Amino acid sequence: MLLRRHLGTAALNGFILVGLVLTIAPLVFMISASIRPESELFSFPVTLYPKETTGDNYSSLFERTHYATWYVNTFITATFRTLLAVFLSAMAGYAFAKFNFRFKRFFFMLVLITLTLPFHVLVISLFKLMVIFQWLNSYWAIILPSAVSGFSIFLMRQYILSVPDDLIDAARVDGSSEMGIFWRIIVPLVRPGMAVVGILAFAATWNDYLWPLIVLSQKEKYLLTIGIATMDGPYEVEYGAIMAGSLLSTVPIVIVFLSMQSQIIAGLTAGAVRE
Amino acid sequence: MASASAPSKMIREGPVRQWRWDNFERRIIPYVFLAPFLIIFAVFTVYPVIDSFFISLHKMDSLDPSRYVGLDNYVRLITRDSRFHKSLINASVFALGTVFLQLPLSLGLALALDSRRIKYRAIARMGFFIPYITSAVVASMIFQFVFEERYGMINGLLNALGYDPVPWLRSAEVAMPTLIIVGLWTWVGSNSLFFLAGLQSIPEELKEAARIDGATEFKVFWHVTFPLLRPVTTFVVTLGIIGSYSLFAQPFLLFDGSGPRDSVLMPLVYLYQRGFESFKLGYGAAIGYLLTVIIIMVTGIQLALMRKWGG
Repeated sequence: MLLRRHLGTAALNGFILVGLVLTIAPLVFMISASIRPESELFSFPVTLYPKETTGDNYSSLFERTHYATWYVNTFITATFRTLLAVFLSAMAGYAFAKFNFRFKRFFFMLVLITLTLPFHVLVISLFKLMVIFQWLNSYWAIILPSAVSGFSIFLMRQYILSVPDDLIDAARVDGSSEMGIFWRIIVPLVRPGMAVVGILAFAATWNDYLWPLIVLSQKEKYLLTIGIATMDGPYEVEYGAIMAGSLLSTVPIVIVFLSMQSQIIAGLTAGAVRE
Repeated sequence: MASASAPSKMIREGPVRQWRWDNFERRIIPYVFLAPFLIIFAVFTVYPVIDSFFISLHKMDSLDPSRYVGLDNYVRLITRDSRFHKSLINASVFALGTVFLQLPLSLGLALALDSRRIKYRAIARMGFFIPYITSAVVASMIFQFVFEERYGMINGLLNALGYDPVPWLRSAEVAMPTLIIVGLWTWVGSNSLFFLAGLQSIPEELKEAARIDGATEFKVFWHVTFPLLRPVTTFVVTLGIIGSYSLFAQPFLLFDGSGPRDSVLMPLVYLYQRGFESFKLGYGAAIGYLLTVIIIMVTGIQLALMRKWGG
């Protein structure tokens, strides 16, 4: 019995370890490929660990591509879209959670529809719209169209529903304006929800590929994902430099996500998992 | 929930709130809060959805005025466009592959992670979340070399074990399995964490009660845990199916578009090629619409089936 238990524990831990190694190995490879010379990468036998290290990949990344520019572009665009997403969805979520008004059901249906509407049903017309607005190669094309998602409004509504009505009524009795209530009571109380919405919006901008590929065509205007993908072509840079660029683009977002992992998983599965 | 609090609010408000300006403000304020969302939503979602349908009824080879062709684009897609059919089959194979392989793997991982006998759970949870955050572009760049035929890690490993190298990215037969492996890497870990969140929300007493009644661990899982996980299972499967039909970056970058003999041509890649490379905007819009209808149908069938199996 005791032996069986020990074997069971070993099997469980072994299963997880194997899964973890398979998950992490490609990322370890990315790190090691970014610091080893190209000659070592294309030779037998290929190892996970570098025999010889070099910083050449990083210097060629910055000297021979627009990597630094792409990084700044992505950071600024993602920040703007995040701020917009956080506040607009908090406002809409507040309206849905704490007010009764005409057409509320209809508007909420709209939100639920966008939750399920795939991007490809509107991409062609959205592109046409960008041409009309003259937003090709402009970051407005990235920031505005997807600034508010049905999902983020739904999420903020869930968070705001848990704010006690008494608190809001008390503020009204004290003569606080409606805007004042939003800023001084709702926003401070639902900050965790706003953080989740914000991180998801930031990551969506940081990682999105198809839409930026459609609307951005000038190299200096690229965001990281298209930039990295175009480095992978003849006469561009070595594979090690692509891995260096991939690593630098992945690290910040991984740190932010991991530091808020439980809130994000709770937010993503909101509705599917009961608290 | 909001409606439940409405009557009490009205009773309380009666005597306190009588000033007209306040009432006006109260009535108008929800629309003020909704306005930015509604404007953006109207311009960038409602209008394009309608306009896309309009475009799909035209032969539109550039942004210039176009010719009305009725449902011709749809008829052609459904009856004659073999590349579109191929892309739907590919996406369905990918969906079946990822869902049926993913579900047991991620559920197994979640059950293992939920066990009290596990060491280093915190680190494991972090590790399993990372592929979810890694951009599809970065993942494609990495896997391009991992699956590389001569120098890639996987063939290196196979070589060490005495097997012949496999042309992971170059062969029409192996391309789809390769893509499915990449899909598994991307989603198994995060799905197991979603399952774990579900497992941890199940009260221990329920399982304990079944054990006292003499149920084996397997029976506890099959009759108590798994049925209670159904909302998470539905969530994971639905997202998996939608994700499969919307896959873009991985096939596009790993296989230069559609792979050998269109073996990994995906619907969204096909839409991109027709709409934005050949600039057939009308045809592209029709692909987008048809694809959406198909996704809604497939998810509808899947949800109905899951409800039926769940009793």
